[in-house]
This record gives sequence, structure tokens and C-alpha cells, in this order.
Amino acid sequence: MLNKTYLNVLGVLLLLAGFAVNAAIDVYQFNSDSDRDRFRQLTTELRCPKCQNQNIADSNAPIAQDLRTKIQAMLSEKKSDQQIVDYMIERYGDFVLYQPRVDSKTYILWFGPAVLLLLGIIVVVFISRRNTAKVNADAVADTLATHALDAEQQKQIETLLNGTGKHSS
Amino acid sequence: MPRLFLFIPLALFIILGGFLWKGLSLDPNAMPSALIDKPFPAFKLPSLEQPERILTNADFAGKPVLVNVWATWCPSCRQEHSDLLAIADQKKLAIIGLDYKDERPAATTWLNDLGNPYLFTIFDEQGLLGLDLGVFGAPETYFVDAGGIVRFRHVGGITPEVWEKVQELLNVK
Repeated sequence: MLNKTYLNVLGVLLLLAGFAVNAAIDVYQFNSDSDRDRFRQLTTELRCPKCQNQNIADSNAPIAQDLRTKIQAMLSEKKSDQQIVDYMIERYGDFVLYQPRVDSKTYILWFGPAVLLLLGIIVVVFISRRNTAKVNADAVADTLATHALDAEQQKQIETLLNGTGKHSS
Repeated sequence: MPRLFLFIPLALFIILGGFLWKGLSLDPNAMPSALIDKPFPAFKLPSLEQPERILTNADFAGKPVLVNVWATWCPSCRQEHSDLLAIADQKKLAIIGLDYKDERPAATTWLNDLGNPYLFTIFDEQGLLGLDLGVFGAPETYFVDAGGIVRFRHVGGITPEVWEKVQELLNVK
């Protein structure tokens, strides 16, 4: 009997918990599935101005809720993605874009890494080439050194050469 | 000359270190306002004190003003309120309140209890003007010049330093 009451109370609590969870999730109505996808896409790409390390979709800040509502409203007004993004930039600046636009201010951001990589490759090639050249030069010098003739051998060669010269003449 | 090349990594390190050092003292919450040097957004909203009176840009056209975004749910707004009253006392510049996403009775009580530094207060219940201004939290303060152009924005409670800066802008005009 007592057990049953507990179960009932537990059941009611679970139900309430369910309501509480539902209350925390915003429900948006969309005209079509593509609108829903665009909503998802836009809210994950736009950054929450208040809590700067979250996107609009993840953030619970009041401003993020407002912006979600605004995006939903603009979608139902048949605004294009670009119009919605422009609307946000007009108000919060380039800051709201998780993927910055390509313009003269962001060239270094977009192309900097590639340029650095290229520079690195050039430097590596340059150094390795210089080293190979050095190794080759060293090898030649080594060969020359080990095979160099001492004074005795030089004399013998000269005698031999002179000798042959005499015979032939 | 090749010996000098050996210092390139050190030089790069120092440059990088310099940037990181500067980064330490930057405010990560400071956001450039997209509205600087642009006209104050057009609005049409009721007054807080007189709900039937509709306020528009025309109500402060032709003179420089400070627009202060506040709400009763915002603790820093309570903190900055005495500074706002002090600024209003100097009578150098009119302050216009923008009561952002608030409840009318609470906001009226607030002004009655703490004093009213505002020439008038715009009641923005849904945060419409707030959205157009790019407000992402209260308090925020904007300096709008006589031509209705936003010249300065401060996010967070107003301080004597901020007031200094606004006065500099005011003197330039």
C-alpha cells in the first residue's frame, strides 16, 4: 500500500520533470523542412554576442533566444540566408560570424597559414639543397685529400713522364 | 650575414610574445560596435512614465545625448545608477534611458526609489530597439551626437573614465 503511494508520487514527479525539460526547449514552427535545416545551419554558424564561445543554437542567453526567434521570423518572411546574415552583421559586426568573410582585413587569416607553409617549404628545400651541395663538395675534397700524392710519389711520376718523353724523342 | 639569420627564430618569438603580452590586457568582452559612425536606429516606442506618449528619434534630434540601456533585472545597472545621477547633475549632456526588456511597474518603482537621471525613458518591452542597437546585455551606454550619429559605445556600467571619454567627444563637437 505504502509502496504504491511512493510509486504514484514518483510517477507524478517524473511527469513534472518531463514538463520542466519541455519548458526549457524552444519550439519553433517552420514552413518546410528546408527552412528547418536552414534554421539549424544559421544558428550553428552565428556566434552568440553575449557568451562568446557559443553559437546561437547552443546558448541559453536571453539574447541568443531573441536572435533565434528573429531568425525564425525572418525565415518565415522568406528572407534569404544572406539577408539574415547581413542583418546580424549590421547589428553585431563581423564578430557574429564563426566563419569570417574573405576581405582585405581577413586575408592574413585566410591565407596566412598557406603562405607560412609555403615559406617553410622554401626554407627546407633551400637548406637541404645547400647541405647536399656542401656534402658533395666535402666528398670531392676528401677524395682529393686521400688520393693526394706525397713528395716521393710526385718525383716518381715526374721521372716516369720525363723518361717516356726521352724515349719517344 | 648568415649568422644574422640565426636570430630569425628569436625575432619571431619576440614578435609573437609581444602580441600575446598585449592580448593579456585586452578585454575579451569588448566588442566593436557595428553602429559606430552610423545613425541611431529609427524607433517608435512608448515612454516609460507616460505609456500613451510615443517617442521617436525626433525627441532627441539636434542635440548630443547619452543613451543608457538599463533594466531592473540587471545588477550592474543599480551600481551605475549613482554615476548616472551625478552626470545628470552636471547638466552637460542629457541622458536618455532605454528600459530594455523590463516590466513597467518595476521600472517605475526603480526610478522613484533611486532617482531619475533621464530626460525621458524609452520603454522597450520586447527589446526591439535593443536588437537594432546590437545590445547584448545591459547596461550599455551610447553617445549620440547632434546629428543623430552614434559616436561611442560602452558595454557595462558607466565609470568616471567612460564619462571622461564622452566629455572629450563632446568637446570635439
